[in-house]
Amino acid sequence: MIDRRNPPGLFYRLYGRTGWLLFAAGLAVLCVLVPVLNLVLPETSFLHLPDYWVALAGKIMCYAILALAMDMVWGYTGILSLGHGIFFALGGYALGMYLMREIGHDGVYHSNLPDFMVFLDWKAYPWYWKGTDHFVWALLLVVLAPATLALFFGFFAFRSRIKGVYFSIITQALTVALMLLFFRNETGFGGNNGFTDFKRILGQPIATAGTRMALFVSTALVLLGMLLVLRYIVTSKFGRILMAIRDAESRLMFTGYNPLIYKLAIWTFSAMIAGIAGALYVPQVGIINPGEMSPGNSIEIAIWTAVGGRGTLIGAIIGAVIVNGAKSWFTQAFPDYWLYFLGALFVSTTLFLPKGVMGLLDKVRTRS
Amino acid sequence: MSGSGTSPAPDFGGSSTFGHLAPPQGELDSSHGVVLYLEDVTVSFDGFKALNSLSFSVDVGELRCIIGPNGAGKTTMMDVITGKTRPQKGKAFFGQTMDLTKMREPEISQAGIGRKFQKPTVFEHHSVFENLELAIRADRGILHSLFGKLNGAQLDRIDEILETVQLTELIDLRAGLLSHGQKQWLEIGMLLAQDPKLLLLDEPVAGMTDHETVRTAELLKTLEGKHSIVVVEHDMDFVGSIARKVTVLHEGSVLAEGTMDTVQNDEKVIEVYLGR
Repeated sequence: MIDRRNPPGLFYRLYGRTGWLLFAAGLAVLCVLVPVLNLVLPETSFLHLPDYWVALAGKIMCYAILALAMDMVWGYTGILSLGHGIFFALGGYALGMYLMREIGHDGVYHSNLPDFMVFLDWKAYPWYWKGTDHFVWALLLVVLAPATLALFFGFFAFRSRIKGVYFSIITQALTVALMLLFFRNETGFGGNNGFTDFKRILGQPIATAGTRMALFVSTALVLLGMLLVLRYIVTSKFGRILMAIRDAESRLMFTGYNPLIYKLAIWTFSAMIAGIAGALYVPQVGIINPGEMSPGNSIEIAIWTAVGGRGTLIGAIIGAVIVNGAKSWFTQAFPDYWLYFLGALFVSTTLFLPKGVMGLLDKVRTRS
Repeated sequence: MSGSGTSPAPDFGGSSTFGHLAPPQGELDSSHGVVLYLEDVTVSFDGFKALNSLSFSVDVGELRCIIGPNGAGKTTMMDVITGKTRPQKGKAFFGQTMDLTKMREPEISQAGIGRKFQKPTVFEHHSVFENLELAIRADRGILHSLFGKLNGAQLDRIDEILETVQLTELIDLRAGLLSHGQKQWLEIGMLLAQDPKLLLLDEPVAGMTDHETVRTAELLKTLEGKHSIVVVEHDMDFVGSIARKVTVLHEGSVLAEGTMDTVQNDEKVIEVYLGR
């Protein structure tokens, strides 16, 4: 039994012994082993890790961060968002603006402006591009843009007490609306081509092995750091309030809490995390376009979280890794059947593994 | 109209020194001895009058039972008092100063009105302790919930409540695994943890065994005087065992009010409710 008079310190509250060992192992593999195997070992070596795998793993880690954001709102608070792709894309576009500015005069038209603006015969940057040549402002935009939209949308949706499937449908509609907006050339974000052909980040060439590895390690650090921050949140009273909103919102309200404030806080925070994931994703894959806001993308995020197990954090990461790992293999081996497989995976998870992979692990553990 | 004719009307500050300055969400002012005052409250849903010019009041420290046939407006009345439903007409005051028709649910709860639902509603995925932790009187803000800790006095209070509702042994059990009666008690415990001035209990003994019902009656009697309590209940034996004053609702308004004996012998009451 827990000694409630002298509760355990933060260290033990976050994870037990095994948990921290696994965490340290993950940190060592991602931040030491992968760089060594990829950069230090010669390509002829048996143990050399090809660039392809590093790129794939980096991409999947971005998805894992996104899945964590989803788990906070869906798994813990019971708000199913089918529009988290919006926040991911907004974060990506925010950093993409900076990367476009970094191209400088090296574009096809050798102009001060990005190629797509020259093509539209624009003479100057629109006002909202102001300051995007500064890395720090771009980083701020990465979180501010998704946060502003989430706060605005969330306030009206939660104040009107829109819940459940109605909320999900509205977020789905929102992502379609924004996708159409970003498809327009006049919106000023490169239309359907989006941003691509990046050359530099922080003055360094973006495609070199060193820069790629720096981005990979940054993503790993953000992923693991985010896991700790979110773990702190869900083990605090704040986390228990979120779960109370999920399980019995009216009871919570009549207990004197204002669910609106809590929902708005976690919804906006989740959007910021999704934005950060998008910002890490764009320089690694080298492109951002409105396709990221397609309705299917946002639904996939929900599938990752469901497959891994909702309301566990680790499950979100596992789900993102399993589904995206399977996707990259499937789309090469049987490109025509991927969507069938994804559908089957979702249906069978819902039917046989309502608690996802984490639920399965729990069952195995209690049986042995 | 019956019942509340002699109750004092809410004082809008004429006699209070800073009447017009006092915020509606301030401390409960029950100096005139009335904790809850409803006057002429009307709620209609698509033309159906769930409450029809309902007027009644509850005194400080009183244990009041409300009975009435299905559809008499008992639950709607609780909805009005807790801010879930806004009346089309009428006044609802908590003490002298707090206008319940202008406050939202969390504000009303923080002002000191606790409500137990008809169906026991606890946080099923939280342990018994965590349920009480969420309910215990404390800062309801985000920052406190992220960084705050329970202090010694709050832990003592939780221990005390666990004793009162006899759940000490089950402190770490998930609330979803409790029996029906235990859930009812946990919910009452959560109300006590909020330290409310007024407790609204919607059918607190529904689904309880006879033994549990007797113990619940004892529990409520120990609370009488410390809190004002309004109980809505169908179980006449239970009502008879705890009530000093009973209010009978019928078709959205007060039909009769008085002691159990008076009410049971009232012609109108026998006709609409007890006689059937």
